[in-house]
Amino acid sequence: MKFGIVTFPGSNCDYDAFRAVVDTLGEEAVYLWHKEHDLQGSDVIILPGGFSYGDYLRPGAIARFSPIMQEVILHAKRGAPVLGICNGFQIACEAGLLPGALLRNQTLRFISRLSTVRVESTDTNFTSQYERGAVLHIPVAHGDGRFTADEATLRSLNDTGRVVFRYCDASGAVTPESNANGSVEAIAGIVNDRGNVLGMMPHPERAVDSLLGSDDGRGVFESVLARVGA
Amino acid sequence: MSTFRVPVQIVPRAGILDPQGTAVAGALRTLGFGGVRDVHVGRFVTVDVEAPDADAAERTVREMCEKLLANPVIEDFRIEEVRGA
Repeated sequence: MKFGIVTFPGSNCDYDAFRAVVDTLGEEAVYLWHKEHDLQGSDVIILPGGFSYGDYLRPGAIARFSPIMQEVILHAKRGAPVLGICNGFQIACEAGLLPGALLRNQTLRFISRLSTVRVESTDTNFTSQYERGAVLHIPVAHGDGRFTADEATLRSLNDTGRVVFRYCDASGAVTPESNANGSVEAIAGIVNDRGNVLGMMPHPERAVDSLLGSDDGRGVFESVLARVGA
Repeated sequence: MSTFRVPVQIVPRAGILDPQGTAVAGALRTLGFGGVRDVHVGRFVTVDVEAPDADAAERTVREMCEKLLANPVIEDFRIEEVRGA
């Protein structure tokens, strides 16, 4: 299976995503420069973390108009998998691939630490290899990670099992302290209505080997491989 | 065609938690401005645009706001008085 990893000016997790796919998963990966129009036959698209276009205006606001994003949007509309991580989540929201938006962290501080998130839904392209309720150790590193959406959207996300991850403590309990960026209902990751686009603020590509402190992020990549590669 | 200067105010939507505004309000109260009720921090954008008249310039900038300058999920925008640039 082939993963296409988009590189915008200011992306800085594209290399980590590449290594996670190639070294951990043993699959093929290509970089897709933001000015290209060709997904090069990629089965899965990763929108990596970073600060595309310097986060000017709003994180992801300018990246969504990149030439490559027009192809990524078509790819998503065909029902093919797109994984948006951190800045990639912000870009996916700005592009309308996911509902809601990511705002400045409630603390107004950049948060860089190992977070714990609870798997809320395993019926997605990206989480089938996890147990529901599992607590994963995955790093976060963001200044604008406070997920927000209107009430109707939240109800729909909850009612249809599209909240995929919530910030929690080590025991799996959702507490105000564990929801460091202040996201509504401690939401750390969601999927779109077809389940083929995942946006998440934590970085699974930084948690694919115990040498990195955790390999709990592997399941995201293994799930998409199991679902799409099969 | 003339050039018009179109100022736009973009502010967090009512009801959206605005921690930046809250922090600034707290700082103002600390400075002794006890009457401060609420502060919201937004963005001010001016666009110089070629258009046949001021109305057309405003319409164009409105479209810019809807497509890029503001995110309707979290922000409201207001176009202020259009002037010749």
